[in-house]
Amino acid sequence: MAETPEATPGGFSGLTGFYERAGGFIVPFAATVLAFVIGGLVVAITGHNPFAAYKAIFNGTGLNWFFPWVQGDDRTHAAVNLEQTLIIMTPLMLTALAVAFAFRCGLFNIGGQGQYWVGFIAAIWIGTHMSGLSRPVHVLLAILAAIVAGAIWGGIAGILKAAVGAHEVISTIMLNWIAIYGGQYLFEPNGPLQGPIPALPRSSIIDGSAKLWPIWKMEGVIQVLHAGIFIALFALVVYYILLNRTTLGYEVRAVGFNPEAARYGGISVARNYFLALAISGAFAGLAGGVDLLGYKFSVDTSDFATNQVGFTGIAVALLGRNKPLGIMFAALLFAGLQTGTSTRALDPTIFSPSLATDLATIIQALVIFFVGAEVLIFFIWRARRHLRFRGAGAQA
Amino acid sequence: MSTNAPTAPLGGRLGRLTDPRTLGSAGIALGALAFWLALPPWTVRTVGPSIALGIFAVACGIAAAPRGERRLGWGAIVVGILAILGAIWLQGVQEATLKNILTAGLLASTLRFATPLAFAAMGGIFSERSGVVNIGLEGMMLMGAFFGIWGSIWSGTWVVGILMAMVFGGLLALVHAFFCIHLRADQIVSGFAVNLMALGLTGYLFSSIYSSGIPSGVSRVPNVTLGWLDSIPGVGNFLAGVFGDLNLLVWIMFGVVIASYVVLFKTPIGLRIRSVGEHPRAADTVGISVYGVRYTAVTLSGVLAALGGAFLSIGFTGTFAENMTSGRGFIALAAVILGKWRPGWAFAATLLFGFGFALSIPLQREADISASVISTLPYVLTLIALVGVIGRSIPPAAVGRPYVKQ
Repeated sequence: MAETPEATPGGFSGLTGFYERAGGFIVPFAATVLAFVIGGLVVAITGHNPFAAYKAIFNGTGLNWFFPWVQGDDRTHAAVNLEQTLIIMTPLMLTALAVAFAFRCGLFNIGGQGQYWVGFIAAIWIGTHMSGLSRPVHVLLAILAAIVAGAIWGGIAGILKAAVGAHEVISTIMLNWIAIYGGQYLFEPNGPLQGPIPALPRSSIIDGSAKLWPIWKMEGVIQVLHAGIFIALFALVVYYILLNRTTLGYEVRAVGFNPEAARYGGISVARNYFLALAISGAFAGLAGGVDLLGYKFSVDTSDFATNQVGFTGIAVALLGRNKPLGIMFAALLFAGLQTGTSTRALDPTIFSPSLATDLATIIQALVIFFVGAEVLIFFIWRARRHLRFRGAGAQA
Repeated sequence: MSTNAPTAPLGGRLGRLTDPRTLGSAGIALGALAFWLALPPWTVRTVGPSIALGIFAVACGIAAAPRGERRLGWGAIVVGILAILGAIWLQGVQEATLKNILTAGLLASTLRFATPLAFAAMGGIFSERSGVVNIGLEGMMLMGAFFGIWGSIWSGTWVVGILMAMVFGGLLALVHAFFCIHLRADQIVSGFAVNLMALGLTGYLFSSIYSSGIPSGVSRVPNVTLGWLDSIPGVGNFLAGVFGDLNLLVWIMFGVVIASYVVLFKTPIGLRIRSVGEHPRAADTVGISVYGVRYTAVTLSGVLAALGGAFLSIGFTGTFAENMTSGRGFIALAAVILGKWRPGWAFAATLLFGFGFALSIPLQREADISASVISTLPYVLTLIALVGVIGRSIPPAAVGRPYVKQ
């Protein structure tokens, strides 16, 4: 046996089978409900009204736009918030795919955040250094650069995993921090890619020819929903086809199910580890590119430490069970949670946004706990039936 | 794949000297020496000796690499080249600057940065030795950091702070243990959720309790002043600079490292923990409670990690910030792997990473390098170490696998 990576210390390969088996939508749904209930308890214990808080957060998501009875000013607000939710949902779907694809190979890619930034930075470089191109070419070039950069960043972890068996959880976390501090360096004052204003730790704004096309313009709204959401939806399809209809996908899933069996069947486990992480990185890099070209257009060094889109992507992938449709709905949920708890959308007299942001993190954690422990959900489900049965017995 | 190389035809002692393993190790040592020559207290101000040693190191590596010691060989080559480049670069640096960077204070600061890592790494070793992966160390540290300062403010004394940190770190670990052991959730996913939970919970409580910031004058863990070290002839000054004024928790950390080694490898308890991590069924058969051992070990890991977190808040800085652990739990985990799940080696690895953190401070002051670039140092170091000159590490056999009683 030549260089063969050892089994992950996490024994992670069992997970994919676990997720395949239960399928369905009851567990994710129950997990979400349970998470919100416990989150509500936290709100209640700390002396706030959970119902009012959740209602305010829901109205902040803009999803009430779909209710026909919301009219007038409320409707305008709802539209603005909904647009924001969809803007946030776009990269979340892609970073979730970055997690999901590696998952299917039995790998846990926590590096979505770093891969996102590397893609973002590559797109900035193309967006600010290639003036004079026509718009479709410029956009395409920037997106390709983002994909390639993300793939390289993910591929580093992949090579380390494949060649020396370095645990991907740790290597991707380290690559995250390197990308974050590296990004800060590039755009800080005197940094190599800093924008035109010397005192401002900010990049230049990308050329107009590199911007993605807006698709939902509203009066007085700065951040406009852009064509990136179609790219993300298309990526969901690509993910599905790549995984289920190609040889590559077959091998990746085979390694994910059981690396030993796959190796016995003549599949190179090392090669698939590398490819899975590189493709994962490509998805996350695309997320960065789409975010930049779609609505950010430039970056401030303070963004690097605060942005969490890569980490939220993990929660989205887990809740969405690595399935395209599941990821879409889970992304909508978490994007809504993020918009709904933002300073702009949430009424501070009802619930403080700084608390709400952390509440959103708690809910995310709970969702992951419960999705990860399906046994618990089934147990509660059974216990409920059991209780009802006993209750009926007592009445008789 | 460190197969025994065929004995060289020369045989005997010379044969052992040309053994690829010896050659590779010697190459790495020579490379390190080449770089060290250019540093104080030697500070050889000509580049010649360093280059000569560096080339020798590379030669050793080239000799060793094709003969079955790929990792050591390539390690020697890389170290040799880096040493030559580093020595050339150092010629351009003022000697005074070097002396300002490399002080006894740097070593003391290394210990300070290594302390939270070492606590968490010891916790990680206990958990993983019992067969439960714990990537939730980061979150448990964060719990320790927050509840340490909360207890300290609430009661006015750091003792309660430390106790609170241990209690809440242990509680979070208990949640992780429950999900991993009884609910048989995936351990990495559960650990990730633990991190997220700690991040959200401490952030939430921090914003709601200390909305106007942490008050000043928090009761902090005191430093232990060893004045008598100074009076030792010769090395006294240096020793006092390193050990003379360390935080009490640093000394506790030394104790924990030694205790971890003793407990794991010299007591029946340690044997039980390790047997549960290697072969739970066999352990169960001889009457060891697999669940009991795992619950204890994981909870202990949370308590230790929380001590590390408490050091960050009430030992080191006297304040708290959201997500103040910033990846230290994961670095500790890397130290566990690097240290091959052994307390002593893991501690050595945390010293290496601590040095990375410690070096970044004087480098920012003295050298004209961006602070952001220097901040990547510990993370790059972790990555390089993970790829490892040190060799592949093999985890406990049953780590990550839930155990089902029969």
